[in-house]
Amino acid sequence: MSKRIKVALIGNPNTGKSSVFNLLTGLQQKTGNYPGITVEKKEGFCRLTKELSATVFDLPGTYSLNASSLDENVVIELLMNRKHEDFPDVAVIVADIENIKRNLLLFTQIKDLGIPSILVVNMSDRMRRKGISLDVEMMEQELNTKIVLTSTLKKEGIDSLKTQIANHNQLEYSSCLDFRDIDPDYFASLQKTFPNQSIYKLWLVITQDVNFANIDRNSIQSTNGDHTRSTSFLKRLQQRETIKRYQFINEVLKKSLEINREQATDFQNRLDRMLTHRFWGYVIFFVILLTIFQAIYDWSGYPMDVIDSAFVSMSEWAKTNLPSWFVPKLIAEGIIPGLGGVVIFIPQIAILFVFISILEETGYMSRVVFLMDRVLRRFGLSGKSVVPLISGTACAIPAIMATRNIENWKERLITILVTPFTTCSARLPVYLILIALVIPDTRVLGANLQGLVLMGLYLLGFGMALAGAYVLQLVLKLPHKTAFVVEMPNYRIPILRNVGIAVYNKTKSFVLEAGKIILAISVLLWVLASNGPSSSFGDAEAIVGQEQGLTPTELEQKISAYKLEQSYLGYVGKFIEPAIAPLGYDWKIGIAIVTSFAAREVFVGTLATIYNVGTDEEDTIKNRMADEVHADGKPVFTLASGMSLMIFYAFAMQCMSTLAIVQKETNSWKWPAIQLVVMTLIAYLAAFATFQVL
Amino acid sequence: MTLAQLNKGEKAIIEDLNTDLVPLKLIEMGCLPGNQIELLQLAPFKGPLFLNVNGAQVAIRKETAEHIQVKRTTE
Repeated sequence: MSKRIKVALIGNPNTGKSSVFNLLTGLQQKTGNYPGITVEKKEGFCRLTKELSATVFDLPGTYSLNASSLDENVVIELLMNRKHEDFPDVAVIVADIENIKRNLLLFTQIKDLGIPSILVVNMSDRMRRKGISLDVEMMEQELNTKIVLTSTLKKEGIDSLKTQIANHNQLEYSSCLDFRDIDPDYFASLQKTFPNQSIYKLWLVITQDVNFANIDRNSIQSTNGDHTRSTSFLKRLQQRETIKRYQFINEVLKKSLEINREQATDFQNRLDRMLTHRFWGYVIFFVILLTIFQAIYDWSGYPMDVIDSAFVSMSEWAKTNLPSWFVPKLIAEGIIPGLGGVVIFIPQIAILFVFISILEETGYMSRVVFLMDRVLRRFGLSGKSVVPLISGTACAIPAIMATRNIENWKERLITILVTPFTTCSARLPVYLILIALVIPDTRVLGANLQGLVLMGLYLLGFGMALAGAYVLQLVLKLPHKTAFVVEMPNYRIPILRNVGIAVYNKTKSFVLEAGKIILAISVLLWVLASNGPSSSFGDAEAIVGQEQGLTPTELEQKISAYKLEQSYLGYVGKFIEPAIAPLGYDWKIGIAIVTSFAAREVFVGTLATIYNVGTDEEDTIKNRMADEVHADGKPVFTLASGMSLMIFYAFAMQCMSTLAIVQKETNSWKWPAIQLVVMTLIAYLAAFATFQVL
Repeated sequence: MTLAQLNKGEKAIIEDLNTDLVPLKLIEMGCLPGNQIELLQLAPFKGPLFLNVNGAQVAIRKETAEHIQVKRTTE
């Protein structure tokens, strides 16, 4: 049996910490959430030597142990609690060479906690180009630690990092800061009251509102020494602590680091002058968005056609070759088309995640935050809301999770509430199939009209999110204090491996999560569609067969249509038809809307199931939909009804998972309930208006 | 003068700041008295300030900048 140790990866955001994690663990990763909160928890497996392996925890990026967000709280609560099941045997602090000073601040804090610490200096391949030279031995001596130089771009240094982790027993412990330098009286008295505790831990308990062993803030407060004075006093001490730490770091760097500033950041600055320009910056951002949406539309067409026809022929094959009793029929007519409805999203989701992760990897996303803050503040949002709003175009769930970086609660709550308006990838298949049906495939001013409509729908989603935010800002009465500090990392060439892993993980979790719901609903639908309450369902052949002068194909179509009408599902659709007829929908679309209240993407799958039930034609779903007619012979899918349906999907809150995550993030059922009611109402009214006008 | 009054492209030395109103995170990024600060870019309509503080690049809002006293060093 080999031994397993626990390693915590800690570091500032944008240091390449996740790249180090990816290189250490490869694809042996597991992502989940910390219990009770929605901070993403990433852990992976790494083999260090023959006898020794490690569980590596990629902790959320943090600037210091003075927490200002949920993410940072997770880090400090773990590191303060030796009894925590994930408490690390060794901490690996990842720093990047260009921001080494600031990165070392966190390092000194972790070291003062008394946790064995290794320092990783990443992006060492940039040192020469940036005119930086580092005396590693001198720095190791000054910081009393082990240092590993890595380059995640060139995959260098990972083996020596593994060796250092394996030898973590040899790390020495010493404190970087003497707290008596900050305020002798205060800290001496604190230490006197709790002689057996580390002074830094006590200090963190006082300033950070976390529990540590059996001491919490209140027990410190109840002691004689008046150790929790005014916040203003404590903040002054924190500032002095920070200054002392920087003095220590400056001393270390003076001896070990040399920078030839001349060669430094000229190119970066020129790039920033353009990308954050008060006019061109916005033009460039808009062009990038336009490119992304055009690419999603143009690139995903071919793989989607392939997937579509593959599932159709699979279903056909199963129908002809499997015996005709319940289970095989369920597979051929319920499960396979249902699965097809999940798999068909993969191309678009993957393409979108490729773009989003490239924008984040390059550092451009922070520039967007800078550019958009002023605009978004007018609507009660923050520049930081850009990331959730853009990620919302992939999926509202990670997007809502991403709002935890917004320190201001009011801005955060508003962002959470309006993010579901942005066009998530589950709406995409609905839009794609409807656009293909009702919008002509022509070019307007050189751009594909269908692509333009798609972009219009995305802009509509953003517009609605902003309008919603504006209203909420006026309605919500919450105290708010602004704290807006955004780091602008240096521009970097994205590491393809990181992009690949991000796309793989996100797509996988989406397909698995959505897939379960879609599959379950597909099966339920098929059962409901192939059984009916009255005897006329079973007698369909006989009843329709009485009609004269039909060709065999016509007869078969009539029979299947009659059966669907008489099935349980048909009854549900008919029941709600009066409510949705003013929007231009028939009872079949009604069925699809009902079933997609759990998850939007079920819409296409439902239609696939409905139109596939009982027919043996090889038509794909789209052609089948184009052939649909009302009782009076007019086509069901016209420009008016198609647009109305798209508008309905643009605004309606049809995603159980999103409601669940909102409940978790806001810790109340009030907000998701409001979201569900208000959004559905808006959707109904807007769709009604659209259909009546067109 | 305060940081908010600095023009684009100008450099200054931080003289003093109000610890109650300036987020600790900014202080930890090196926004401390004595350090150099440069205003790299301004977002339109009194938007955020894009700064180089002590080698770190950060964006902050104008109302935070108003609580940081600086001395201009470029003429």
